[in-house]
Amino acid sequence: MSERITRDEVAHVAGLARLKLTDDELDRFTGQLAGVLEHAADIAELDLDDVPPTSHPLGLRNVFRPDVRRPTLDRDEVLASAPSVEDGRFRVPPTLGDAL
Amino acid sequence: MNDTALSIAASVRSGERTARAVIEEHLETIAAKEPELHAFNRVTADAALEAADEVDRRVSQGEDPGPLAGVPIALKDNICTRGVPTTCSSKILEGWRPPYDATVVTKVAEAGAITIGKTNLDEFAMGSSTENSAFGPTRNPLDPTRVPGGSSGGSAAAVAAGFAPVSLGSDTGGSIRQPAALCGVVGVKPTYGAVSRFGLVAFASSLDQIGPFATTVADAALLYEVIGGHDPNDSTSMPGPALGVAKALDEGVEGLRVGLVSEMMGGVIEGIDEQILARTRDAADALAAAGAKVEEVSVPAAVYGLTAYYLIAPCEASSNLARFDGVRYGLRVDAATTAEMNIATRTAGFGPEVKRRIMLGTYALSAGYYDAYYGKAQKVRTLISRDFAAAYENFDVLLSPTSPDVAFELDAKTSDPLTMYLNDVLTIPSNLAGHPAMSVPYGTGEHGLPVGVQVMAPALGEAVMFQVGAALERSAS
Repeated sequence: MSERITRDEVAHVAGLARLKLTDDELDRFTGQLAGVLEHAADIAELDLDDVPPTSHPLGLRNVFRPDVRRPTLDRDEVLASAPSVEDGRFRVPPTLGDAL
Repeated sequence: MNDTALSIAASVRSGERTARAVIEEHLETIAAKEPELHAFNRVTADAALEAADEVDRRVSQGEDPGPLAGVPIALKDNICTRGVPTTCSSKILEGWRPPYDATVVTKVAEAGAITIGKTNLDEFAMGSSTENSAFGPTRNPLDPTRVPGGSSGGSAAAVAAGFAPVSLGSDTGGSIRQPAALCGVVGVKPTYGAVSRFGLVAFASSLDQIGPFATTVADAALLYEVIGGHDPNDSTSMPGPALGVAKALDEGVEGLRVGLVSEMMGGVIEGIDEQILARTRDAADALAAAGAKVEEVSVPAAVYGLTAYYLIAPCEASSNLARFDGVRYGLRVDAATTAEMNIATRTAGFGPEVKRRIMLGTYALSAGYYDAYYGKAQKVRTLISRDFAAAYENFDVLLSPTSPDVAFELDAKTSDPLTMYLNDVLTIPSNLAGHPAMSVPYGTGEHGLPVGVQVMAPALGEAVMFQVGAALERSAS
């Protein structure tokens, strides 16, 4: 299916997943992910060109509801569980500018 | 054996005893055994007593609080409860109090049930032993040196220990059925879409289902009927009301066609304990003696289930868990920029197994790999569904063991993720196919520990599944 996953690839994937791994974790995860992915060889051999993929097991699709206004979550109750709040909004550290 | 939900509800509705007395009794059991077992992340004693008084007030005024009147229920801690911390046994949800109830929570409350606590799980339901909890493992009430299974290990242990006659769990690859088997209780994974998942913290959205644990098949049927039915808040939920199943319990199995899945009976899928296979054959024999036609049947693609699952579930998890970024709820580890804060929060908040699965899923979905991994696994899923559909043309239900092992000792399988993943090899195919499946206790295996037999039925075939489950329960006792 593909070549064995490398330590560099694992480090790259950690970045994509917004995780920071220690050197020990990188070593361990490289071996463990390779172990799991090796099992994918079981299905790599199958000829599946004419088989459609399944996303919903029972094939339910296009679910609609009446387009009517409904109450939403209470803003204060939602914000009460947020790590940081200002003026009724979620507050975050700088995303642009000098801090970057 | 402790009181069943049916007997508690009957006595509370008739005024024979109070809901408060029922709750106090269960809180005493919890006080005695919980310190050793750690089934709960939180016991909601005060709220439970308050709810009990409300049930008693309604009874005293001649009202009927519902079919679960005064019944204590334990909820897996990935099911949202308004104002009550919902942790998923993860540090990343620290401090979060959901601003709404899951639909199943609303439904059980409307039926008169009383939430007694939130149960421990493998972090974000990823695991098969409840050892991956940020708050420490749960122990098996039948032998505290052993695991209760997982990921709904706390919910299974709570029922087995008599903390509550019923509980709710979630099952993505076997997380209700496997712990039910290991704790000697009944566990049900409904048809995909039969029970609303609104308010269930998502793990793998094309697989997750909420379902009941109970000490008896009849109690599981009662709870199933309460939680089932369409929910406009869950676009994956099936149209129509809850399926009626309780009426099927006493129908017997005369003339039913029962298929023993040959791939799951040793030989093809390896590593299934001999005594567990023997109990499963005993169960098949008992159904035959009760009038069912039992034959072996092949479901060839079931052998690819584990591989397909360990691609599909991590891919969906990596996407679902992207929402835990320190912005809107739970933990935040401060940093100079938002991007650094996201990384610091996720790195500190997620445990090793969750990180492993996020990494696996992120890799398998990344550019150049999507078709080879997720795409291919979704096609394998179609093969599995087709093979089950073919089997159901000739059989009303299918039978197999639930778990390849009885309850194992703590730390026995923690060193190698693949060894742990193999626990789900017999339960995963049902999640991939979307059909209902349940585990019913059937005798004992090694060390006198309980064995679970799995009954599978076609999609929306819960009635016949419960019918066979009830027959197995009668023959086991």
